[in-house]
Amino acid sequence: MNRITKTLCVSIASLLTPAVLADTFVFTAIPDQDERQLTERFGKIADYLEQQLEVDVQYIPVKSYSAAVSAFRSDQVQMAWFGGLTGVQARQLVPGSQAIAQGVEDTAFISYFIAHESTGLAPADSLTDTLRGKSFTFGSKGSTSGRLMPEFYLREQFGEAPETLFNRVGFSGDHSRTIALVESGAYDVGAVNYAVWDAGVEAGDIDTDAVQVIWETPAYPDYQWTIRGDADARFGDGFTQRVQQALLDMTDPDLLAAFPRSGFIPATNADYAPIEATAVTIGIMDAQ
Amino acid sequence: MTTRLQLRDTGAMRRTTGLFILLALLCLPWADIAVHTLDPGRELGRLAQGLLWPQWPTTRTLAEAIASTLAFAFQGVALGAIAGFGLALLYRRRAVRWLAASLRAVHELFWALLFIQLFGLSTLAGVLAIAVPYAGIFAKVYGELFEETDPAPRQALPANASRLSSLMFTTLPQAWPNLAAYTRYRLECGIRSSAVLGFIGLPTLGYHLESLLRQGFYAEAAPFFYALLILIATQHRWCRGWMIPAMLLAALWWLPPVAPVNGALIWQFLTHDIVPAPLRSGMDALPWFMDLWQGQLWPGLINTLVLAMLSLVVMGLLGVMLFPTVSRLFGNRWTRGLSHGVLVILRSLPEYLLAFIALILLGPSMLPAIIALGLHNGAIIAHLIGQYSNTLVLRDDAARGLNRYFFEVLPRQFRLFLAFSLYRFETVIRETAILGMLGIPTLGFFIDSAFAEFRFDRAVMLLVASAVLNIAVDGCARIIRRRLHLQQQVQVC
Repeated sequence: MNRITKTLCVSIASLLTPAVLADTFVFTAIPDQDERQLTERFGKIADYLEQQLEVDVQYIPVKSYSAAVSAFRSDQVQMAWFGGLTGVQARQLVPGSQAIAQGVEDTAFISYFIAHESTGLAPADSLTDTLRGKSFTFGSKGSTSGRLMPEFYLREQFGEAPETLFNRVGFSGDHSRTIALVESGAYDVGAVNYAVWDAGVEAGDIDTDAVQVIWETPAYPDYQWTIRGDADARFGDGFTQRVQQALLDMTDPDLLAAFPRSGFIPATNADYAPIEATAVTIGIMDAQ
Repeated sequence: MTTRLQLRDTGAMRRTTGLFILLALLCLPWADIAVHTLDPGRELGRLAQGLLWPQWPTTRTLAEAIASTLAFAFQGVALGAIAGFGLALLYRRRAVRWLAASLRAVHELFWALLFIQLFGLSTLAGVLAIAVPYAGIFAKVYGELFEETDPAPRQALPANASRLSSLMFTTLPQAWPNLAAYTRYRLECGIRSSAVLGFIGLPTLGYHLESLLRQGFYAEAAPFFYALLILIATQHRWCRGWMIPAMLLAALWWLPPVAPVNGALIWQFLTHDIVPAPLRSGMDALPWFMDLWQGQLWPGLINTLVLAMLSLVVMGLLGVMLFPTVSRLFGNRWTRGLSHGVLVILRSLPEYLLAFIALILLGPSMLPAIIALGLHNGAIIAHLIGQYSNTLVLRDDAARGLNRYFFEVLPRQFRLFLAFSLYRFETVIRETAILGMLGIPTLGFFIDSAFAEFRFDRAVMLLVASAVLNIAVDGCARIIRRRLHLQQQVQVC
């Protein structure tokens, strides 16, 4: 705890001093899980990139999904591990920026709907009317797997907004918190990133007697690394490509387990057009 | 004449109190006040255990968080006081009064969300987030202090005396003691505001508190919690005299108020991002606005008002019930000492933090917000009335216990109670808006969503609506106060 909080604090304070950042390549990641784990796992990624790129690389933690996008927008970070939706938002706000790599799993990502045992809901192949009137929590308002896609499929199935379908709709903030809230029964049902859930079950952190998966969404593209368009001008020609290569070359299972992904493959902005279209459809983004 | 006026007032006061309680009862059907955690007792136990056996972070982490909290507070309050002083000199002008009212109508958390868009997550954004609304508050308080000064010295000046010498030699010397006292007091509010800014990512005590509490690490959160409590509770002891300029210099050294200023970004924000989306593409803005009205503005306004009314009544009840526990007319030294301690804790903690804890314990509904607002503001009212009741002189053969409370003390303090409660109304409304960030669908909830969706046009529209609501409520409270001849000044944050 002590060591982690220390890194956390040193990094958050250093975000406030732009001078330090002038020749450092800084990246962040959306805080989709337990923040203390994030600092540890992305600290290792910073060390790896520093070795590969031969520039100073720093990871800074941020407080929320929107803070990650804001930091990218104001050039406080030059690269970020975004979710599908935050990536689309970021690239819209920073013209010229591009998606360069995604996890192997991210081409066909899914969300789980999870329910507390007291609801009596059982795993099924489709969403049924038994969900009506329950309480429901999304993850962050800006999450793809915790909000965008689940809301899209709910609207598609029931033809109405979650607010009218459920008796209460909440936004937990992140996937770990969603699981904790449904596990404790504070919410009946929740939508969660499958990778975070599976990792939690494997590590034995989740009481599967209290909460279980009742439905999984069809596949959609999700997380990706996005880099600012002015990175080459700042860090030298071909820098973007070197960063991409370094990410694709990441094979150390210890590093990859941090995401958790089995490896990285190239990605382009166009890969995320379906996400943008969905965001416009459910009304959380304006058509461009 | 006086008796008749007082009698008429008593009737009017009773009617006003009745009206507020009736309004709150009418709000009840719309209020969502259920407990949603299956086992709040277990969570409460874990919280208590965490508070009793705190797990200490490194000294450095704690020291840095404290230093940053103080740095934002001192710089923000100092800048706010300077700007507010300038505005106060022109406070007779209607435009300046309106400007000051709008600046303070928007909560510092929302100013922070705006400034973070302009200046990134930087010291400057945090300092401005405190300075701007505080400038509006200082302008009002300083302006009123200037107006209250005795005009005689000013009139005795030679006709050709400049405005500057008039200010320096007549107005300022008279207003100075109150001005300095208020500014010092405002620093306490600044520390609270600074801590709350941590909730959205500035590196203050709130940063750690939010992460650790949200994830249920109560023992690790406890030291940060105690640090905040001690800072605020002891502030009046160390924050005086030469310490204030020294602290300000230290604050500037620790966190220089700079930001990566990106002109193009700021220009785009002001000329493009906050312009309603349909106007940018040359379409009709009416459907856009109606959509916003039906989906967010109207429900947000209703929820904000419902929450405020209920919190106000809970605040009033707690205030009336708790003030005897700190009054010298009741109890003994030990009971007074104990309740004094409890009240200090309740009024030192930001409402946002109280609501956050209540939310974890009780689950998501309006209840945690009502409890937080009621407790915090009720503790302030109880403290103030308790203090004033100490000046009451009762006859030696006055009744004791309940009879003393109901027939001797409460009737004499009721006027004061109503005055304080009405002053708190504006604060309660302001705070309800930010409790929306915890998921209660007040205007603040929709403002937070608009920022999360990077739709700054909507965010600004919602911010304007919440500012208008604050100004309207403040106006209403002022009218009621005038009707009831309640002139008691009270300045608490």
